Amino acid sequence: MVRSGTLILNAAARLLLPLQLLFSLFLLLRGHDEPGGGFIAGLVAAGAFALYLFARGRRALDEMLKVSPRDLVGMGLLFGVLATLPAWWVGEPFFTAQWWTIPIIDFKASTPLIFDIGVYLVVVGSVLTAITALVKTDQQDDER
Amino acid sequence: MQLAVLGGFLVAGLAPLLHRWFGQRTPLVMALLPASMALWLLGLWPIIAAGDVLLLEWAWVPGLDITLTFLIDGLAWLFAMLITVIGAFVLVYTGDYLRGHQDLPRFLVVITAFMMSMLGLVLADNLVTLFVFWELTSITSYLLIGFDHTDLAARKAALQGLFVTVGGGLALLAGFIMLAMAGGSWSLAELSTRDDMLREHALYTPLLICVLIGAFTKSAQFPFHFWLPNAMAAPTPVSAYLHSATMVKAGIYLLARLNPALGGTDTWMITLSLVGVLTMATGAFLAIQHTNVKKLLAYSTVMALGTLTMLLGIGTEQALIAFVVFLLAHSLYKGALFMVAGILDHGTGTKDVTAMGGLRGVMPLTAAVAVVAALSLAGLPPLLGFLGKELMFKSVLEAGNFRALILLLAFTAAFLTLAVAAIVALRPFFGTLRETPEAPHEAPPGMLVGPAVLATLSLLFGLAPGLLDGLVSATVSGIGAGEVSTHLALWYGFNLPLLLSLISLLLGVLVFRRWDRVRGRLAVLQPIMTRGPEAGYDALMRGLVVVAEWQTRLLQNGHIRNYLIVTLLVLLGLVGHALFFRHTLELDFAPALYFHEAVVAGLMIAGAVAACVMRSRLAAVASLGIIGFSIALTFVLFSAPDLAITQLLVDTLTVILLVLVLFRLPRFATLSTPMERLRDLAVASLTGGLITLMMLSVSGERLPRISDYMVANSQPLGQGHNIVNVILVDFRALDTLGEMFVLALAAIGVHAMLRFHAVAYDARRHAPLPERDDG
Repeated sequence: MVRSGTLILNAAARLLLPLQLLFSLFLLLRGHDEPGGGFIAGLVAAGAFALYLFARGRRALDEMLKVSPRDLVGMGLLFGVLATLPAWWVGEPFFTAQWWTIPIIDFKASTPLIFDIGVYLVVVGSVLTAITALVKTDQQDDER
Repeated sequence: MQLAVLGGFLVAGLAPLLHRWFGQRTPLVMALLPASMALWLLGLWPIIAAGDVLLLEWAWVPGLDITLTFLIDGLAWLFAMLITVIGAFVLVYTGDYLRGHQDLPRFLVVITAFMMSMLGLVLADNLVTLFVFWELTSITSYLLIGFDHTDLAARKAALQGLFVTVGGGLALLAGFIMLAMAGGSWSLAELSTRDDMLREHALYTPLLICVLIGAFTKSAQFPFHFWLPNAMAAPTPVSAYLHSATMVKAGIYLLARLNPALGGTDTWMITLSLVGVLTMATGAFLAIQHTNVKKLLAYSTVMALGTLTMLLGIGTEQALIAFVVFLLAHSLYKGALFMVAGILDHGTGTKDVTAMGGLRGVMPLTAAVAVVAALSLAGLPPLLGFLGKELMFKSVLEAGNFRALILLLAFTAAFLTLAVAAIVALRPFFGTLRETPEAPHEAPPGMLVGPAVLATLSLLFGLAPGLLDGLVSATVSGIGAGEVSTHLALWYGFNLPLLLSLISLLLGVLVFRRWDRVRGRLAVLQPIMTRGPEAGYDALMRGLVVVAEWQTRLLQNGHIRNYLIVTLLVLLGLVGHALFFRHTLELDFAPALYFHEAVVAGLMIAGAVAACVMRSRLAAVASLGIIGFSIALTFVLFSAPDLAITQLLVDTLTVILLVLVLFRLPRFATLSTPMERLRDLAVASLTGGLITLMMLSVSGERLPRISDYMVANSQPLGQGHNIVNVILVDFRALDTLGEMFVLALAAIGVHAMLRFHAVAYDARRHAPLPERDDG
């Protein structure tokens, strides 16, 4: 049912995608202090990819993503688990947040941020897995 | 040591890699692991001999009082030594037994993992840690019994062993929790000093029952003994290691370990001595009915395990000394005999002792080892087994409860065991040479070294029992009370135990001479045997399957409506119970609504009603969208921008997903009857009403608000101003991690469902198609 879209949708998707992805990164990074965060940012990114998918088809999305959405889920879980380790390293209880300041750009890095990136990836990956799975079976139906 | 055990698990995982480098020599290389641990333990001997207790502290989950602390006293040292030494020999033995077997790496992985679990079990000081290792031994044992996974009998035996021991493990967990509650500590070292407190605690009886069920299932005590002989479906190294020397003794170890904390009461003594002696008699009685050499040995192991339990039940200092000596003697001779059984099986191609005979000429070394080990099993001088049996009789004679019954059963078990020993050692090797399925040949050196060393140790300790004085003293003072100094000797003079030994020798020889006739007579009892505890187990399993099928048909019937109803009704029950019976319902309802709030609420109600009555899917989805956006609006009104954004995005994506799904659904149709719709309406309204009541009753001022803490600490502790985000990624990060896994699983589920549906669909499409009417 989902076919490569019209000219307008096609062009819009191509223009909007980078903006939307930038916006999602913005939401992700500022999430700790302002509205945003990994979950919301992930949803925005997933929406962006979904738009691209509807406009240009599944193959175009696969070519652009390079990795399978399922791998994104796995990577996200890995980030989530990795975020628990630094606390263990310095001998504090499991999952205690660790904060570091990166000197020159004065950026506050932390395990919650790593964790949030994990959330982001899991959300993007899960939504895309579901959507692409649905589109895939649709295309098989179309071949009839 | 903790690092060594944890590293051992790593080595276990590396076995396939090692196999690539060392090939058939891998078992020898891996035997270095337990061998080096045994050497390390040997280095600790001066400390243990001095009666000291070594506590190797290691925090694991400090918040929950769970430690990985190892406690090494005489008892733990003895068990650890048995595990590592016999483990090393078993690995060497495996090298020849499974030579060229394609699944050798898998076997090495599991048996090494088992070895480490068993070590952890006997060294752990913390109840939770002990339990974790306990369950690990059950699981690895399951994998080892079912090693030959193409064999139905092996799979069945593996499952049976797993269900019995893990079922007991559940009881044990409950017992441990009660034990920690009653004793106020999770540490075994501390619990053994709080014995008075434990024995007088109200939970003493229930916790004792649970712990005993755990120990009895693991150590194959009557009426749970049936799984052990069936477990003989495992390869012989496994039988020699798990089902004689180590795993089945885990329950015995636990009882000995808890003896200072829980022992000494009448309940403890009567239960243990009666169950023990019943197990003894059952094991010995069933043993002589079998001709399969491994089953013979397995039932005699059941008998030995019963003896150990009984001795703990008698509980006098004498009995504890007998316990330690018997434990050591049994591990040595039974390990050796099982390995001999493997040699026989390997060399002749049969396990039936009646089919073998006169092998002495072709297998002289094996025959020598078998005779020495069997003499120890029979309890004849000058072997360690003799000492164990004498001490056992001596303890039985001073038993406090049911002395006559215990003595009678123990005596019967003793002479039957003697017959078993004679059958195992004499039948295959003496008499005339019989035709066997394979031409018999002597075992390779790797398979001989283990049993030879174990048999020699039986002889050595029998001849010079003084060598064991220090070990026995250290162990007994650990499991009994106070300092004990033991002096073992082979000859205690002419006394009642010796007389009993002599009579049992005569009777045993008699049974051996008439074995074939005895077996024929006992065959009459077969109908009774088939109604034993194993039949009970089978009935239980069948019942379980019936119940599982019934409840699956009832609850998991594939109709989403039923799932919803069941979920909601359970929710209703639980919330309703908490609301009406555990708290008094105090409504705090002040309807100070602003106009715009009322409008939003009205929108939501209208959306819900519309979604129910719409006769087109698209319209229903749109109505649901109205609810979603109204909720987002509510979040905005109450200044929760994060939630509002999330709600909006989720709704947007839901629409996308629904659009993809909608076209795949059949035409809208009414499939439910009015009655069903009425029922659904009732469930829905009840749920809605109850949740509303709950919200109204908790939103008042009388309950402490959890958000105050979050608001106050978000910046100082979490270094963030966005409270929602700080909660998600810091304060409640563990919950979020769990949610991430749920999300990932859901995605995998969707993927799998659609993919396999597509595959099945393809298969159908490529098959000759029936007439289609939809074009």
